[in-house]
Amino acid sequence: MTDVERRVPSASATGSTRAVEARPGDPAITPALVAEHGLTTDEWARLRAMLGREPTFTELGIVSALWSEHCSYKHSRPVLKTLPTQAPYVLQGPGENAGVIAIGDGLAVAFKIESHNHPSAVEPYQGAATGVGGILRDVFTMGARPIAMLNSLRFGSLDSPRQRYLFGGVVKGIGDYGNCVGIPTVAGDVVFDPSYEGNPLVNAMCVGLMHERDLIRAKAEGVGNPIMAVGARTGRDGIHGASFASEDLSAASDAKRPRVQVGDPFTEKLLLEASLELIRSGHIVAIQDMGAAGLTSSSAEMAARGDVGVTIDVTRVPVREENMTPYEILLSESQERMLVVAKQGHERAVREILAKWDLAAEVIGEVIAEPVYRVTEGDRVVAEFPGSRLVTDCPVYAPPASESEDVRALRERDVRVICELPEEQDPVWTLERLLSSPTIASKRWVYRQYDSTVRTNTVIGPGGGDAAVLRVRGTNKAIATKTDGNGRYVYLDPRTGGRIAVAEAARNVACVGARPMAITNCLNFGNPRRPEVFYQLREAVAGIGDACRALGTPVTGGNVSLYNESPTGAVYPTPIIGMVGLVESLAHVTRSTFRVDGDAIVLLGEPTDEIGASEYLARVHGVVAGAPPACNLDRERALIDALLAAIAAGAIHSAHDCSDGGLAVALAECAVGDAEAPLGAEVDLSAWSPLPLRALLFGEAQGRVVVSTPDPDRVRAVAKQHGVPARRIGTVRATARALDMRVGSLSFSAPLARLAAAYHDAIPNIMSRATGEAAVLEQHPQPSAS
Amino acid sequence: MKFGVVTFPGSNCDYDAFRTVVDVLGEHAVYLWHKEHDLQNADVVILPGGFSYGDYLRAGAIARFSPIMQEVAAHARRGGPVLAVCNGFQIACEAGLLPGALLRNASLSFLGQTVRVRVENTDTMFTNRYAHGQVLSLPIAHGEGRFTADDATLERLEGEGRVAFRYVNAHGALDEESNPNGSVRAIAGIVSAEGNVLGLMPHPERAVESLLGSHDGLGIFQSMLARVSA
Repeated sequence: MTDVERRVPSASATGSTRAVEARPGDPAITPALVAEHGLTTDEWARLRAMLGREPTFTELGIVSALWSEHCSYKHSRPVLKTLPTQAPYVLQGPGENAGVIAIGDGLAVAFKIESHNHPSAVEPYQGAATGVGGILRDVFTMGARPIAMLNSLRFGSLDSPRQRYLFGGVVKGIGDYGNCVGIPTVAGDVVFDPSYEGNPLVNAMCVGLMHERDLIRAKAEGVGNPIMAVGARTGRDGIHGASFASEDLSAASDAKRPRVQVGDPFTEKLLLEASLELIRSGHIVAIQDMGAAGLTSSSAEMAARGDVGVTIDVTRVPVREENMTPYEILLSESQERMLVVAKQGHERAVREILAKWDLAAEVIGEVIAEPVYRVTEGDRVVAEFPGSRLVTDCPVYAPPASESEDVRALRERDVRVICELPEEQDPVWTLERLLSSPTIASKRWVYRQYDSTVRTNTVIGPGGGDAAVLRVRGTNKAIATKTDGNGRYVYLDPRTGGRIAVAEAARNVACVGARPMAITNCLNFGNPRRPEVFYQLREAVAGIGDACRALGTPVTGGNVSLYNESPTGAVYPTPIIGMVGLVESLAHVTRSTFRVDGDAIVLLGEPTDEIGASEYLARVHGVVAGAPPACNLDRERALIDALLAAIAAGAIHSAHDCSDGGLAVALAECAVGDAEAPLGAEVDLSAWSPLPLRALLFGEAQGRVVVSTPDPDRVRAVAKQHGVPARRIGTVRATARALDMRVGSLSFSAPLARLAAAYHDAIPNIMSRATGEAAVLEQHPQPSAS
Repeated sequence: MKFGVVTFPGSNCDYDAFRTVVDVLGEHAVYLWHKEHDLQNADVVILPGGFSYGDYLRAGAIARFSPIMQEVAAHARRGGPVLAVCNGFQIACEAGLLPGALLRNASLSFLGQTVRVRVENTDTMFTNRYAHGQVLSLPIAHGEGRFTADDATLERLEGEGRVAFRYVNAHGALDEESNPNGSVRAIAGIVSAEGNVLGLMPHPERAVESLLGSHDGLGIFQSMLARVSA
């Protein structure tokens, strides 16, 4: 590369007096360099037209980050626009660091989910840890104190040492970061399926609580106001993380491990306290995390939201390495940094607050009237873009969409003709097989590594109910929250799968006694330039929209993660729904396991003959085919209303939804889910004996909840008012020591000890067998692809 | 009665201890900033849990040099009560307020779970409201909680009745499985020679309301109130 110093005139429209200069030492811009930055020929032409001149190397770097899929949503934006985002209680919808909803009493909840898939694929510990750090910052920059973390994780089969290494590293990374900052990790979901073999999914969600009056937005305002860099110094780590997140994973991806940032939860904790103090102090007008694409993205987005100009001098940014170029400083993704717009004249007060927490704050630029985004290096202008067009003019694509014929064939396959295995003669064998499936089995091995009780608000933590519940101090209310998303359903039928993802999350939140309020979503898909992938994205989002409208839960924000592909192919299209609900009274908080001997067991909703796309087919037969269960959103809504009415009436002792593994698995979880207090039951399903036995026991028909109640008549009456089928199916029996089931003339008994062993020991057994080799792998990670 | 809760950079259970004192006990509490030298006339000092200085170097090793620790040590020398929980226990050991040390858990993993501990001595200012041998349900959340000390120290601790709590099973019996972090002699908490400093790994301040699963930790705070106000 040559040292060419070029002087190019800046766009006349900006009115700028200084010309933009290339820096000595900048590489010459060649088509190859442009391609390396992930820009297409069209995008490059678009950039040149926007500037009216040749872009500099620094400008190329800025645009490659801002127009990356990760930052620009260029393939998903039109699709996302179809989602409902409004409700009277939504204070902040999509477009900010996090969504915010009001919960009464002058209080509000800020929440958001985000992916850290690609970093975690190559460096699971730091990748997951920094994912937690980023989502925490998104929430506390709204002025909210984080009160809970959730994680939605997807890995390949635990039979593979590589997957155990990724699983172990991700869980440890999440734990070490969240535990140190002191935010309880309270819920989530973990699924294991070969489709995630080359590309694990790591989605982290944070929920924060705030006074409505403290709500602050990341919108630059006030000409002359100083822009300050706050927190950690800027280094060379994570450069191009955003564009790395926007390409397929390949065998070469491991070489990109340096693009993964390194987290420091101790600094994060200091930054959290300092930021909240800063927001309440009134000395600042805006604050934003320097997340993906670091300083570039945070400053450009804040300027665009405020419709003002900004100028940044990179020589004033505190750095931790020598000789960093403007390009590097702008694109660094060093963690635990914030960008703050302070009020003019309040710089010293800002510095004092930061100094209390042993953190630095430096003025690095200012808000200007001139509508430009300008970066200088001392006196030299190294990048300049007109107005907010850098953000608003990014390309938007509507690629072709069509369903894969192979997937259509799989969905239309008649799975009812699949022969039962000889072992299935004993339904207890099948039940144990499902309970020990790592996807269904207890995740205690995971959440035991998380602090779930710090901050003393956790009423229901991991494993205690269908969703986590956190009390709201000073009120009689609580927040319920849960993540869900069944990729296999979405793969086989994206629209139905999208609907079910929302419906299941809503059902889970309702089972603990909360009214579902709003969602955040993380859309994990493959390469959108492939028509079958874009079809999945479009249809899944349509399904999510259907369900959100029907259930009254608007989308307040989220994240899109595309290019989740490896040489083994795309992951299942996996939209993860992060639901937040409100418990109106602490008396309504409901757990999932049987609690009282002699309680009646009532099934709300009805079984069907559906077995398509089920965990049963996948786990027992190795078959991924058939149509996912139908999702009737009117019935889902009625079910939630009936359940909440019955809970409010005090008639419900426990509630657990039927999902992976169907009714039999749900009943077994009610019986042995609480390892310390298992309770047996007698169950009679003869009312549905005409149904195929395996569909009745293991089919995943939607819209069903198993409740235990001292007053089944009351529950049936409430259900009837809401038009929800409700049938008594059994009785909790402390003396039984088994789950005794009858279907017509068939009866069988599953000893609790066997069910508990299958459910509780599955993951610990796999991971302890593998401890030795995991230690070796930790030192010598294997490449993810052949 | 006034409780002073120390906040080190990285403390994250200071809030929980503060709320326990104010909301549950109905007593007075103040935060004590680590850079200060003033205990604000607190009757009891709480060294809370968390990750002071990110556990860098070694858990508690840096926090012991914070200015406030000189005053905490002086308070302890005067016989003032100090409750040192989790990271606070680690800091107290580093500062020489308590003997022994806390090592990485035997499993090498962080452990967030409920444990059972047995009250070994009810004749301390922290345990007088419990029955001898009472089994408490308390949360733990730590990666470095494996108590250790040399044999002579252990003999002294045992001989002087300074082992306050031991990890046990639900029936109050010692077994390997119920010792979550591999602590020597299943020791979960000890008191100082003068009996006025308690260090323990479980979090009593997280177990003060049945709503959150257990109120078994309340006795520690009530014991202090009974003794100090007596």
